[in-house]
Amino acid sequence: MGDVARAAVEFIGVSRRFGSVRAVDAVDLEIVDGEFFSMLGPSGSGKTTCLRLIGGFERPSAGQILLYGADVSRIAPYDRDVNTVFQDYALFPHMTVLDNVGYGLKVRRVARAERTQRVDEALALVRLESFGARKPSQLSGGQRQRVALARALVNRPKVLLLDEPLGALDLKLRQEMQVELKRIQREVGITFIFVTHDQEEALTMSDRIAVFNAGRVEQVGAPADVYEHPSSEFVAGFVGISNVVNADAALSVVGSPEPFTVRPEKIVLRRYEGVTPPEVSQNDCSADGVVRDVVYLGAQTRYLVEADAGFDLVVVQQNQTVTGAGPTTIGRGCRVRAVWPSDANRDMTIKGDS
Amino acid sequence: MAEGGYKIDAPDQTERAPRRWGLKAAVLGVLLFLNVPVLIVFLYAFTTDDQAFTFPPPGLTGKWFEIAWDNQDVRDAVWLSFKVGIVATVAALVLGSLAAAAVARTRFFGRETISLLLVLPLALPGIVTGIALRSSINVLGIDFTFWTIVAGHATFCIVVVYNNVLARLRRTSGSIIEASMDLGATGWQTFRYVLLPNIGTALLAGGMLAFALSFDEVIVTRFTAGGSQRTAPLWIFDSIVNRPRNRPVTNVVAMAVVVVMMIPIFVAQRLTSDASLLGSPPTDDDDD
Repeated sequence: MGDVARAAVEFIGVSRRFGSVRAVDAVDLEIVDGEFFSMLGPSGSGKTTCLRLIGGFERPSAGQILLYGADVSRIAPYDRDVNTVFQDYALFPHMTVLDNVGYGLKVRRVARAERTQRVDEALALVRLESFGARKPSQLSGGQRQRVALARALVNRPKVLLLDEPLGALDLKLRQEMQVELKRIQREVGITFIFVTHDQEEALTMSDRIAVFNAGRVEQVGAPADVYEHPSSEFVAGFVGISNVVNADAALSVVGSPEPFTVRPEKIVLRRYEGVTPPEVSQNDCSADGVVRDVVYLGAQTRYLVEADAGFDLVVVQQNQTVTGAGPTTIGRGCRVRAVWPSDANRDMTIKGDS
Repeated sequence: MAEGGYKIDAPDQTERAPRRWGLKAAVLGVLLFLNVPVLIVFLYAFTTDDQAFTFPPPGLTGKWFEIAWDNQDVRDAVWLSFKVGIVATVAALVLGSLAAAAVARTRFFGRETISLLLVLPLALPGIVTGIALRSSINVLGIDFTFWTIVAGHATFCIVVVYNNVLARLRRTSGSIIEASMDLGATGWQTFRYVLLPNIGTALLAGGMLAFALSFDEVIVTRFTAGGSQRTAPLWIFDSIVNRPRNRPVTNVVAMAVVVVMMIPIFVAQRLTSDASLLGSPPTDDDDD
């Protein structure tokens, strides 16, 4: 990111230990003002703890957390200019939607007239204008989620923290809310920090992604960077699926014993017609093998190819033509040649061989 | 349930009808067995016969109420029970909810043990609690007074408050407290606006039950009361054993104890069943 961009949140050598467990281990991070920033990682990777450190629910064991340049490491949650959308929404069950959304303004003693107006605005932003009188128990999951969002945004925080807010929703609603969240973020223009373990969610929504593993940040970058140029085997495996080609296999494929990874969708399968192998151009890599499994996914088909050189390849092909059981169809047991451009190979320099 | 399921169930229910009548009769029998003796006590509070339980009562009179009301011993006993109940309940509300908060909200070494030890006084026979308290108070060289009765009652009053508040806290999402702090509320505001409304009815219900338990307690009271201290249940007990001539007055006091206890128990029950109206998710279990 450019030097001119202002940092909203900075982690400087931040660690958080629970007993002997290092939940967050010497993390350095810079989140830019106004961006949609995702913290992606498996459970227990430290992403939620990082979010709670920004929110003030945890104190760092070491290091500093800066919010717009000011050290907030020792400041209580209620004195920080950030708000959180909790994983379980944490709506107050005894209050109406209006009271829930107005809570932050009430405890900060904002005058009633202004309060009403801002609550109405916030509810309009999440498209729940007519739900003010309901109790949280009378709302659907998606509506509760919107109330939680309105309740946080009504305070006009500098940074909004979202802790896996879409985790409890079903697929369709989740995809709707992804679009909705992006729209809201563009509209209010504040920094969103979004914690998720869903790589697809992180890829579709974020300006930048930090991939967490075992309390450390493995890689920070734009979605395309993280996906196309994973800096470690972990990132390659966690963000999307990758075929890991180990040293022995690499020797037979590219002629040098450096292990590499390749994405399934970069590979094209060609059928052997009789005994003549399909042609391969100069810049392509190839491996011969037998199809062991075919999984039809609607838009794509996924193949598992067992290469003669002794490794497995997952291959995903778009179903561009209407396919049936014709002679050109690649089925289980077919002999194929897997072909991919050699510049799709990513060497795994950081985490060694598998 | 799906419509199909209902149709399959329907013939089954008619087949079970005779057995369900049997069940109903059994339930009725048990309820009568539990409650008719109480009604008999009520009835004989009005009898003109001052010694024996002849049935039907030879005549009805309200004079025993007047006699009981004018009896200073009775007044003192009921007033003492009332005071003990209130003080023990207040102590139980403070200590019980603090203990429940600690057990529900934090993890520490020995948490389960502490939880068990807290609930134990309710399970222990009163006689054991009584003997234990009496010998401890003796060993410590403390005089048996009003306060020793309160301490004895508090041992089991704490349990009901603790159980009620703990059950409520467990089904209250912990993150609402964090959410309140996150939205800018101070500790006091969080307590006032978020925590108290969510556990309020549990506190009230626990307190009511605690008071009711304290008000009719005999055994522990017997062991922890000083020589001159006589609560209403103790007075009734003594009268039955030592003054059979006073029987109708005893019945009047017993009736008063029942009435005084019924109110808090009724209110407590209403409060715990109304708790679902407070907006807790319908999927959650109900209180004990």
